[in-house]
Amino acid sequence: MRAYDLIELAGRNLREAGLRNSLTTLGIGVGVASLVAMLSLGIGLQKLATRQLGRSGLFDTVVVTSRQDSRGPRFAQAAPVTGQAKPLDDAARHSFEQMPNVAEVYPNFSAVGDVRLESNKTGSHFTVVGTLPQSARNSESFDDVQGSFFSANDAQEVIILGDFGRELLELPREPRGTDVKLTQDQADQLLGKYVVLRYHKREAGESAPLSGKTTRKKGESDPDDIDNGDGAPAEDSQSFNLVPRQLKLKIVGIVSSEPNRGLRQGRTPVFLPLALAEQLDMVQAGELWSTLRPAESKTYIALIVRVAKSKAVSQVEEDIKKQGFSTFSIVDASKGITRFFKILDMFLAIFGSMALAVASLGIVNTLVMAIMERRREIGIMKALGASDGDVKRIFFFEAGTMGLLGGGVGAGLGWMIGRAINLGANLYLQRQEFHPENFWFVPWWLVAFALVFSVLVSLFAGLYPASRAAKLDPVQALRHD
Amino acid sequence: MATNGTEFESVRTVSVVRHYKLGRSLIPAVDGVSLAAGRGEFIALLGASGSGKSTLLNLIAGLDRPDSGAIVVEGSDLATMTSEQLAQYRRHTVGMVFQSFNLVPTMTLYENVELPMRFAEVKRKERRARAVEALERVGLSDRMSHRPSEMSGGEQQRAALARALVNRPKLLLADEPTGNLDSKTGTEIMDLIRELNRTLDMTVIMVTHERPLAERYAHRLVFLGDGKLVGESVNELEKIGATR
Repeated sequence: MRAYDLIELAGRNLREAGLRNSLTTLGIGVGVASLVAMLSLGIGLQKLATRQLGRSGLFDTVVVTSRQDSRGPRFAQAAPVTGQAKPLDDAARHSFEQMPNVAEVYPNFSAVGDVRLESNKTGSHFTVVGTLPQSARNSESFDDVQGSFFSANDAQEVIILGDFGRELLELPREPRGTDVKLTQDQADQLLGKYVVLRYHKREAGESAPLSGKTTRKKGESDPDDIDNGDGAPAEDSQSFNLVPRQLKLKIVGIVSSEPNRGLRQGRTPVFLPLALAEQLDMVQAGELWSTLRPAESKTYIALIVRVAKSKAVSQVEEDIKKQGFSTFSIVDASKGITRFFKILDMFLAIFGSMALAVASLGIVNTLVMAIMERRREIGIMKALGASDGDVKRIFFFEAGTMGLLGGGVGAGLGWMIGRAINLGANLYLQRQEFHPENFWFVPWWLVAFALVFSVLVSLFAGLYPASRAAKLDPVQALRHD
Repeated sequence: MATNGTEFESVRTVSVVRHYKLGRSLIPAVDGVSLAAGRGEFIALLGASGSGKSTLLNLIAGLDRPDSGAIVVEGSDLATMTSEQLAQYRRHTVGMVFQSFNLVPTMTLYENVELPMRFAEVKRKERRARAVEALERVGLSDRMSHRPSEMSGGEQQRAALARALVNRPKLLLADEPTGNLDSKTGTEIMDLIRELNRTLDMTVIMVTHERPLAERYAHRLVFLGDGKLVGESVNELEKIGATR
């Protein structure tokens, strides 16, 4: 039998028992829909998690420190020094930037300073000052930023944390470490206003009114550590002077959580644009260590290397190690998370498939019923010259068509269910004052997979009825009624 | 298998046996029947119900397989054919009509007549012409878009005849074709069958239990009883001529 005859005959059979076949197809559709909804939820959640992790900066960054430098953050035991330890200077920074898969390299900047609102002459707040590279605008913290990101990488602007905003407004402090979102009213009192930052500039010099003290804890700083000039003048020619400076900065953005927190230690409530901070040549907290040893040129305490793909992190880290630096990164966590989602997807798929399995029984049932009804017709067709194969193919084609239509209906239905769940959950999230998230995602391959899977399951369900119809004895089928 | 038949032979059965299981015992429905039909011959199979005449017809139609013996139609032995070859044989070599017409009720007359050509993979362009020709031959060319339920028994059987001859078979098998019809329409159908037999030179084997009908139309009457051939009588040609 030719293909178009097969299609015509199967098509007319499907139309003939229209209601029953539609219901069966709908059953398949519901099965496929549950599979699609489940899997798209799993995929969406995984995407959300990896996106969040990606934006948290935890899993795509490598922290590089010099092996000869003890100033930087110590995340892990120092690897045994092999070969010559190299200084972490501009040359090293440049070489990292040239490496494949490296998105950007920026210094881990942490200074201390004194901040007050320009309008408020009295109250000043001692604080740690950090920097943000341009890429930080994609950080999750900026999802609900009040105001905006820096207008330029060297703009005289500042972004502050919500709880520091409360401090500036002289409001009672929240427990340390909690994310604070300012009310619109409070934000309006700060955005566009100016703060005055007082800091210390590093200046090379023979002697100076301010000189570095030799003991200091890394990162964490507190006001007492800065000595206001009663230390002994440094005799070392490489020593530097600390010159107090002040700078007016415009508050452009307020965030509730630390952007690009990544592997930063301690709490940093005030951020400057990266290029601006580098121009200012602020004395960094850990830098006072360098007074102990002669420094040939400017070196960094630590460089943050952001990798374009989290998969490439270990390769980049390995390459940097080979250049003679100490590195630290978190890679394994993302692997564990991927594995978790693989397992979650599997469970979701199993639950989703159950409905499809039930629906496939519907196909078996419908087709077996059709054999009963069309018993005589099958006998007639055989008497007129239909082969067993022809009869089998007609039933097979009917099953496949129901599968394909059901798959299409199911993919659409699953998409709508997913959308509805997403919408409902987001309404809830918004009511809880979280920003909405897209934790549901239907990739094109899932739709293709749903269609193919639905057809395959339907054909499998059609196996038994089709072979039963093919084996039907025409003499029996045509016996007088 | 060797057929000592001449080129004028259409059907030959050699000691054909077909039995059915009924509980533990085997019931021989056809028990060693040897029969030959010449090309263009009109044979009537007569016998009481249960005599095995329908079973023999189904065996010759290739709808059933013999337990032993040979059935040679147009030079090929059905007993050695695969089921695909049998289907092909049914498509091209035989046409069948039944007592209960067996038209597909959901199809129009035209679609019913077209159906065997679908299985025979006749080209679409050709189908229309052949279906119309067959329907004209049985006098139903103006009722092509009707469904079987809208037609009388006689019309349905005529449609079934059109369907049977649309693939131009050499052999027409009829299982009690007038059994569900009144005598007037029955006669019309028999006239039609005899006309096909004569004009298209089709061999006809017809199962019936109406002896007068058989005597009026068939060249030869074959009597079956308990699955065995129990008698034969050849109609005198004058007699057939007289009914013209």
